[in-house]
Amino acid sequence: MDSRARVVLDDADIGRAIRRIAHEIVEKARGSSSLILLGIPTRGVALAERIARAIESIEGSSVPVGSLDITLYRDDLRLRPARALETTSIPPGGIDGKVVVLVDDVLFSGRTVRAALDALNDLGRPASVRLAVLVDRGHRELPIRPDYVGKNLPTSVEEQVRVEVTEVDGVDRVAILEGA
Amino acid sequence: MQHLLSAGDLTHEEAVLVLDTAAHLAAATDRSVKKLPTLRGRTVVNLFFEDSTRTRISFELAAKRLSADVINFAAKGSSVSKGESLKDTALTLEAMGADAVVIRHGASGAPHRLATSGWIQAPVINAGDGTHEHPTQALLDAFTLRRHLREGVGDLTGVRVAIVGDILHSRVARSNVLLLRTLGADVTLIAPPTLMPFGVESWPCHTSYDIDAVLPNVDAVMMLRVQAERMQAAYFPSVLEYSRLYGLDSARMNLLPEHAIVMHPGPMNRGMEISADVADSPRSVMVEQVANGVSVRMAVMYLLLGGAKEDI
Amino acid sequence: MTIVLRGARPYGEAAVDIVLADGVIVDLAPVGTGQGQVVDADGLVALPGFVDLHTHLREPGREDAETVLTGSQAAALGGFTCVHAMANTSPVADTAGVVEQVWRLGQQAGLVDVRPVGAVTVDLAGERMAEIGAMARSAAEVRVFSDDGKCVDDAVLMRRALEYVKAFDGVVAQHSQEPRLTENAQMNEGELSGRLGLSGWPAVAEEAIIARDVLLAEHVGSRLHVCHVSTAGSVDVIRWAKSRGIPVTAEVTPHHLVLTEDLVESYNPLFKVNPPLRTAKDVEALREALADGTIDVIATDHAPHPHEDKDCEWAAAAMGMLGLETALGVALETMVIPGRLGWRDLAQRMSVAPARIGRVRTQGHELVPGAIANIAVVDPEATYLVDPMKLASKSRNSPYAGRSLPGRVVHTIYAGTPTVLDGALV
Repeated sequence: MDSRARVVLDDADIGRAIRRIAHEIVEKARGSSSLILLGIPTRGVALAERIARAIESIEGSSVPVGSLDITLYRDDLRLRPARALETTSIPPGGIDGKVVVLVDDVLFSGRTVRAALDALNDLGRPASVRLAVLVDRGHRELPIRPDYVGKNLPTSVEEQVRVEVTEVDGVDRVAILEGA
Repeated sequence: MQHLLSAGDLTHEEAVLVLDTAAHLAAATDRSVKKLPTLRGRTVVNLFFEDSTRTRISFELAAKRLSADVINFAAKGSSVSKGESLKDTALTLEAMGADAVVIRHGASGAPHRLATSGWIQAPVINAGDGTHEHPTQALLDAFTLRRHLREGVGDLTGVRVAIVGDILHSRVARSNVLLLRTLGADVTLIAPPTLMPFGVESWPCHTSYDIDAVLPNVDAVMMLRVQAERMQAAYFPSVLEYSRLYGLDSARMNLLPEHAIVMHPGPMNRGMEISADVADSPRSVMVEQVANGVSVRMAVMYLLLGGAKEDI
Repeated sequence: MTIVLRGARPYGEAAVDIVLADGVIVDLAPVGTGQGQVVDADGLVALPGFVDLHTHLREPGREDAETVLTGSQAAALGGFTCVHAMANTSPVADTAGVVEQVWRLGQQAGLVDVRPVGAVTVDLAGERMAEIGAMARSAAEVRVFSDDGKCVDDAVLMRRALEYVKAFDGVVAQHSQEPRLTENAQMNEGELSGRLGLSGWPAVAEEAIIARDVLLAEHVGSRLHVCHVSTAGSVDVIRWAKSRGIPVTAEVTPHHLVLTEDLVESYNPLFKVNPPLRTAKDVEALREALADGTIDVIATDHAPHPHEDKDCEWAAAAMGMLGLETALGVALETMVIPGRLGWRDLAQRMSVAPARIGRVRTQGHELVPGAIANIAVVDPEATYLVDPMKLASKSRNSPYAGRSLPGRVVHTIYAGTPTVLDGALV
């Protein structure tokens, strides 16, 4: 690991955060059967699946999980060369009338979530949309707020927050790196 | 990738990227997402110097599904005003702010001239130039092959494809030979000697004059259109003889392995290169090719226009 | 007025003062002793003025591309003192009237001997013989007859033409191209044409016509000149014909000595020409043939085209390249510098032989006292960056744009009068 990085969450912290988020979701849903989790690729998908498994072990019933690629809805497309698309997979039954919980690893400017809301709009009409993030690092550029947060991490804009998850990176870790 | 002029320009990585992107976009279409906002505010011009309703509509649909504005320019016959048509038209489009130009032209190399002459700045997509290339057709053919024979993932390694027909005059054949080879497929061209290009021995594919010998060993056969007018220029003695020796009828279709598919870029000459019952059989994926064409063209437009302008 | 080319080296040999007066070489004096108006030629090579057997001056009819005047200027700058103006003008040069018009325009320009070429058939249509006798007897004294641009493909007509010109000591210069094998042809037929989707011009379409024509020439006992030979197979046929004693002569263009078909991959119409650019193997065979004399002359086939005829897609573009101002540079680069030709050999191929073939008595003289003073004075050490915007030709379609060529024509003397001094028109 880079010497300029400091680890702020280790695998145990992440595990706890996920369990807590799962409890919070379950509490607010009050036994509703219309819950679905949609992870935003790449790492949001792994986190969504873990939250779903945690909910399952709490409630005993399974929660539909899917993924929502927002690449085509980004507002910053012109700033970098065209990005490869990722998979969008909506559980059978769609999103109409459902309580959709979007899951992402880091909440920063809020633009990713805005794009996700646009994408959802094209797919149907959820009863409500909530947002779960592992890390909220502040510096919102849009009026977007999370419903469930693993950890609030005050950062400066120059810093980078790196989230690693076992399914993608082989390790569970959140670190802050200095400088761009 | 600034332009798409030739199927041979795509690396393996780029080709697979186009197919993967097309797969994602096809899935979006299946979910009845009518429009994606990705190319909103961009203007795509269809510059068609040759009649082609099918291809033009396919590009138009693809651009509109990405929320781009589309202008259709149909200029008949560069024989009327020579090459002035191309340059002057290009300068006009540049002045109007076209963000991409899709061009179909009767002269081989016209898209290259457009892309390299400095008349326009926008990306150029070759929708068919003379007897040279038709890269998006090859891409949609590869996409179709991949869906049926490789479960829609990866490349086409080990897929055996036969292409039958007027290879000499076919831009579809040229582009397919290049792209299928890049994706690892094994291609055999089948035609009478008069319809094989000079120097075809140096192309990255096999050749054969005997369709019956090849069909049992392929996973897909692509039939190309053969024009009856070629008979006048002594390429073959009669329509009957051509279809007897090289046409795909039910008897020949039964030579194909069970899983093999029949493809055709369209439009067909029923009774010439392909019989009506083969065209309508369940093995034929022609209609699906058309649908895949839209997804593939969306993918190409997204990759060329969807991000920042790349330096060459 | 007496002119002295001080320190010039005729044929690259010992330096002398070449003294000119009244249109002739008067003396080859020791350096520094010549009396008269001195033109500095220190260390420069003097050659007999070049004679082009194949030029397109476009006038009458396509003055937007070139005129007799601008073509003459380009020629003089290239070291030429005589050009043969091809007949595919508008109207075609198939009557005494048109050839005399072109000849007169050449006289008015006064920079080179303009020798009009007469058409073989009326309107180049390949059906009826043109009035060859009238053209030969006209003030233009036509001796070279060609339908260039098109082939005299009818065997009977070609036979008749070969026979007929004997009466005037004329020669038929054939543009060898079997028309049916090359319908709408765009480039050399080969692996590349198949790949680029451009209709091919097979080598056999040139070779088959040459084979037929040399046998016809032998049969009727007449001279034959083969224009712009472009393939190794054609060289073989001509070599065979010469070995049989058939009176055939042949020319090669500078572009066919140096450019190959892979330039067509760019689809840039600057490289579109008829006959087309061929393979490296053909280029090597042509160089070898020019060196051993199988090919007798270098002829430019200077073919000006206005910008819009080249600034378009390949199929719509005109065929042809400029050549007058760059011929020497290409000849030096491909033949002289590599040692395949010496200066006397070059003089033979660019001046003496073309003058002989065209029956031009005033050109191609050896540089000795008494000779008519048509002289090209060349700096073989200089290099010259080809800039189409700086050419004297009215058109810009040079395939060497941006390329550096060796050598430079410094002075050109036409009938004793300088037309070019220090690389500029006088």
